[in-house]
Amino acid sequence: MRLRKSLVMLVYLLFVLVPIYWLVNMSFKSNREILGGLSLWPTAPTLDNYRVIFTEPTWYMSYLNSLSYVSMNMLISLLVALPAAYAFSRYRFLGDRHMFFWLLTNRMAPPAVFLLPFFQLYSAVGLFDTPIAVALAHCLFNVPLAVWILEGFMSSVPKEIDETAYIDGYTFPKFFIRIFLPMIRPGIGVTAFFCFMFSWVELLLARTLTSVDAKPIVAQMTRTVSASGIDWGVLAAAGVVALLPGIAVIYFVRNHVAKGFALGRV
Amino acid sequence: MKTYNNKAWWLVLPVFVLVAFSAIIPMMTVVNYSVQDIFDPSTRYFVGTEWYREILADPRLHDSLVRQFIYSFCVLAIEVPLGIVVALSMPRRGLGVPFSLILLSLPLLVPWNVVGTIWQIIGREDIGLYGWILNSLGLDYNYASNPRDAWITVLVMDVWHWTSLVALLCYSGLRSIPDVYYQAARIDRASHWAVFRFIQLPKLKNVLLIAVMLRFMDSFMIYTEPFVLTGGGPGTATTFLSQTLTQMALGQFDLGRAAAFSLIYFLIILLVTWVFYTAMTHNDDKG
Repeated sequence: MRLRKSLVMLVYLLFVLVPIYWLVNMSFKSNREILGGLSLWPTAPTLDNYRVIFTEPTWYMSYLNSLSYVSMNMLISLLVALPAAYAFSRYRFLGDRHMFFWLLTNRMAPPAVFLLPFFQLYSAVGLFDTPIAVALAHCLFNVPLAVWILEGFMSSVPKEIDETAYIDGYTFPKFFIRIFLPMIRPGIGVTAFFCFMFSWVELLLARTLTSVDAKPIVAQMTRTVSASGIDWGVLAAAGVVALLPGIAVIYFVRNHVAKGFALGRV
Repeated sequence: MKTYNNKAWWLVLPVFVLVAFSAIIPMMTVVNYSVQDIFDPSTRYFVGTEWYREILADPRLHDSLVRQFIYSFCVLAIEVPLGIVVALSMPRRGLGVPFSLILLSLPLLVPWNVVGTIWQIIGREDIGLYGWILNSLGLDYNYASNPRDAWITVLVMDVWHWTSLVALLCYSGLRSIPDVYYQAARIDRASHWAVFRFIQLPKLKNVLLIAVMLRFMDSFMIYTEPFVLTGGGPGTATTFLSQTLTQMALGQFDLGRAAAFSLIYFLIILLVTWVFYTAMTHNDDKG
């Protein structure tokens, strides 16, 4: 029984890892080697593909563009979601359930539905092709996500702490910043990470709301086709670099991945 | 117990304003477009429900809707059982736990377009491992020209991408089962199947509800992965709702039809979300 379990796990992990390995493998090959036949590891490892990404402005600027709207979005989402999540976790108020449901529908709504109006809205106010436009557009699903996750974390803090603090003479802002936020620090970290992640991986809105100046990496990657065909090596290297933010923090969030994806409901 | 206090609205206000700005105003625009025929900003006619009637009779909507439901159904039918099996196979203690957790989370954190790229590469017969293996086994596999192969590749890609989520959710559900349950089962000499059916599965009910909701919703709005992998082709074999809508709205600037399409799409989402939300809060209330 135990052996069979380990075998299932092993086979599944292999299924997970092989495609990623293949991408990494290809990113270290020259195009000639990639097209010259299959090899399980690079026979002549080269960093040329990565050199292209870190020296050509269209490539590294697209990373910086992505990073700029992603961090803006993360900041906005957290700032507005923190007080709201506190309200949902501590109080009942007029229309609270409806509001909570409405937030969920925005997380679930397909971005494609909002494509046309967003395109026109941001063009009309002159924000088209700026990182701000994408950052605001991504708030559509990231703010609800942040509220739901934070509410989950905040609800696990006993209410007595709030009451004690008020008796001790703390005002609400002072209590919230000095006592409450430090207590849910892991929750804030996890929320920040998931806002980062969902904004980082989104393609449709990011591509539609930008053209040249603010072109994000996800859009840049869909345009590697040139006259001589697809530059597979550079494409693979770009993919590996786009993977890095996730891999960098994966160790710290390993116990919270399920919670983050499940909107804090697990 | 939560106290009733309407001043809490002040704390929710920023979220309300921001989400209203990015959800309600655009939605009003869509509603506006869906009942008018617009030639240019100054020439527009009120056409009532004409766009809705047209789009409801439009084969593009029918085809992608049918394709979408079959796809979402296949996704759930494969990922949920597989996820449960993987969760049950997770090591209980030791170094294997963080190790498996990290590796399982890996596909979830891959940017969606890179997911497409990964499978685009590995499925090719000349430079991809899987495509090459399948072809050297004598199977005529080519996801770019054969609709069936394209469909299967998109499905396998989704299974690769998201089964880990179901597995991780079920794993955290399983961990919350106290050991005494298993001890009692051992005393009763319960079979493995009985343990699963009467102890584990009931405890998984809540997390499975969330897993099914998330997988249904996210597969229902899938865009990026098939867009990168197959571009919706060959033909329209892997063109799902979001892509049909995007083509209509931005490719052809078919504003009226696209707007009516958007609203129908959104209403389906709203309905399904409401069903799941009701089920979730119902469970919460019961404890």
